[in-house]
Amino acid sequence: MSATHPVELLRFNTCGSVDDGKSTLIGRLLYDTKSLMEDQIEALERSADITGGGQINLANLTDGLRAEREQGITIDVAYRYFATPRRKFIVADTPGHIQYTRNMVTGASTANLSVILVDARNGVIEQTRRHTCIAALLGIPHLVVAVNKMDLVGWSEERFLEIRDAIEGFLPKLDVAKDVKFVPISALTGENVVTPSDKTPWYQGPGLLSHLETVHIASDWNLTAFRMPVQWVNRPNNPTDHSLHDFRGLSGQVAGGIVKRGDKVMILPSGLKSTVQSIWTLDGELDEAFAPQSVTLCLADNVDVSRGDMIVGLENLPGMSTDLRARVCWMHQRALTKGGKYFLKHGTQTVQAMVTSIEGRIDIRTFEHEPAPAQLAMNDIGEIRVRTAKPIVFDGYGFNRLTGSFILIEQGTNHTVAAGMLFPPTEAVKPEYDDFAI
Amino acid sequence: MTSYHLDHLQYLETEAIHVMREVAAEFERPALLFSGGKDSICLLRLAEKAFRPSDIPMPFLNVDTGHHFPELNTFRDKRAAELGGKLIIRKVEDAIAAGIAHPSPGEISRNRLQIPTLLAALEEFRFDCAIGGARRDEEKARAKERFFSFRDAFGQWDPKNQRPEIWNLYNARVNPGENMRVFPLSNWTEMDVWEYIKREQLEVPTIYFSHQRQAVRRGGQWLPVSDILPPTPKEEVRELTVRVRTIGDIISTGLVESPATTVDDIIAEIAAARVTERGSRADDKASEAAMEDRKKQGYF
Repeated sequence: MSATHPVELLRFNTCGSVDDGKSTLIGRLLYDTKSLMEDQIEALERSADITGGGQINLANLTDGLRAEREQGITIDVAYRYFATPRRKFIVADTPGHIQYTRNMVTGASTANLSVILVDARNGVIEQTRRHTCIAALLGIPHLVVAVNKMDLVGWSEERFLEIRDAIEGFLPKLDVAKDVKFVPISALTGENVVTPSDKTPWYQGPGLLSHLETVHIASDWNLTAFRMPVQWVNRPNNPTDHSLHDFRGLSGQVAGGIVKRGDKVMILPSGLKSTVQSIWTLDGELDEAFAPQSVTLCLADNVDVSRGDMIVGLENLPGMSTDLRARVCWMHQRALTKGGKYFLKHGTQTVQAMVTSIEGRIDIRTFEHEPAPAQLAMNDIGEIRVRTAKPIVFDGYGFNRLTGSFILIEQGTNHTVAAGMLFPPTEAVKPEYDDFAI
Repeated sequence: MTSYHLDHLQYLETEAIHVMREVAAEFERPALLFSGGKDSICLLRLAEKAFRPSDIPMPFLNVDTGHHFPELNTFRDKRAAELGGKLIIRKVEDAIAAGIAHPSPGEISRNRLQIPTLLAALEEFRFDCAIGGARRDEEKARAKERFFSFRDAFGQWDPKNQRPEIWNLYNARVNPGENMRVFPLSNWTEMDVWEYIKREQLEVPTIYFSHQRQAVRRGGQWLPVSDILPPTPKEEVRELTVRVRTIGDIISTGLVESPATTVDDIIAEIAAARVTERGSRADDKASEAAMEDRKKQGYF
């Protein structure tokens, strides 16, 4: 730990289209936090002269690809970085167009918070419902609805409340984060983004940046149930240090909970138990480790463990099954049909898997559930059943985003075709060797 | 420790360690690109954190353009030896001699010629993955690139057709002949790199710190005078107090006038900086899509 005040990292994504002022908002945040440099502004001016008739287009700041600039649309997620004295921020700038739902899923999957932009003039449109639905599906802990272009509706409280009511009206249909904030802003003038506005005496809440700086994110990681997927077995070949001759470490990133030296743990799927003898890191041994630290565990017993196994605490055991139910976002042009065979990557394990049924499709505009569709097309969200060649040790996505998620990979082409969020296990794992404990 | 919470550097560190271990576990023959520059110095420390007490399970690879700062190569060799790693160097000059890389008439820069040299090295050793120190904040084409960046059999990046990257589940699968470039520092900024160098007390090449150097003014930047870059009769050679902020080839790396002699000085300088790091690289200024175009051809 550094001696100075620790700086936290907040990851958020922005959903909306250029028309909602998304690029202007990001440009504003970068500019006002002095994260925009002279040569970047110069480059913007250079491109403006050629294509923009002299007008600087802040979207060019984030639209990094040639095709994006040519077509004036955002194709792919771009990541931007800025900092204030209180926090560092990673912004996933996700495109708002309908055909790019998969990019929003990508950008939102690692976010603590989503900013959903609404144009105050247009109010809640289909896209707003879609973005809110995806944020809810991905279990993003914090949501901010930024009602933008308030200057164009005369900073009308009535208009703001109308939009808030419309969104609050459909939130109960979604499994949305507990923490939803509404902020009236003008990205163009910066009011209520970085500087408070004197035109909104009726709004008591914080400005957008101030909220991003202070929102409580410490409990966004699961710290209640210890999980560590084994990534790599660490066995020095020719250790110069003799004490390391018998070193056998299990390296991985803690995906949930806390583990302490001396804790009893279980290895799944085998069900073997052991005790944590030491928690090894390059900086010395630790007394305890927590999510999402990367560590190397040494166990008291020489039990059989390899990559893909999961080490778990004896409290709050996960589920284990070869028959999984999940929500998926389908991400490939080749549609999913029943019986499709894929590789499924979950944690550090990749196994063969077959989709045994498509149980439903969710219309993300109406939130209606259509039972048993014939297929899932690109950008569809559906509910599926998957059978795996080996048991998967898992939690419900709502309980732990890391042990509750998977991707599907098409065999042969190796395309990533789906993002999956697991339903909670129907029962916790029942270890076979219950008395094996030391 | 009572607070179960990571600060931003610890978060970036654990993310990068996770990525490195995925590489070691999922690829047959990975390599780590090590130039001796500040970003790859961080990469090596992260490799130690990921794999110790074992040996770092991949060799280090460097494409030597022949236009490197000598200080950089000295440091590169020393650091690789300290870590007990195997360092593979492939030279652009040899690639030209072997007919692998073809300079255009009058082409002085070795920047483009690095690409065929790198691709030939990957093929020679059948590397299926190369870890690099690129960061998304460097350049806007990079800002769109994945941690695991897939390259086809020609080494090409297809920015419009990237694999979606969700949670921390990296799709590392490649077919024979294809390969992956992996960037553990994707989410790091220039400031993060220097703060990490400070926290980890990492040694860096001396040219990052303030020193005296002869320079000429070209294209709005100060370029170091060397055998490869002699001054023209019309140019005035100046003796300046400078440092480098980013290290490219000696003929294209702009020098920054700076009194910074410590890592703390550098951090203070970056905090106040009004131009980006790559603002001092002539190779990136060629066009708005310079980086994207090079990456499509197989650049780092």
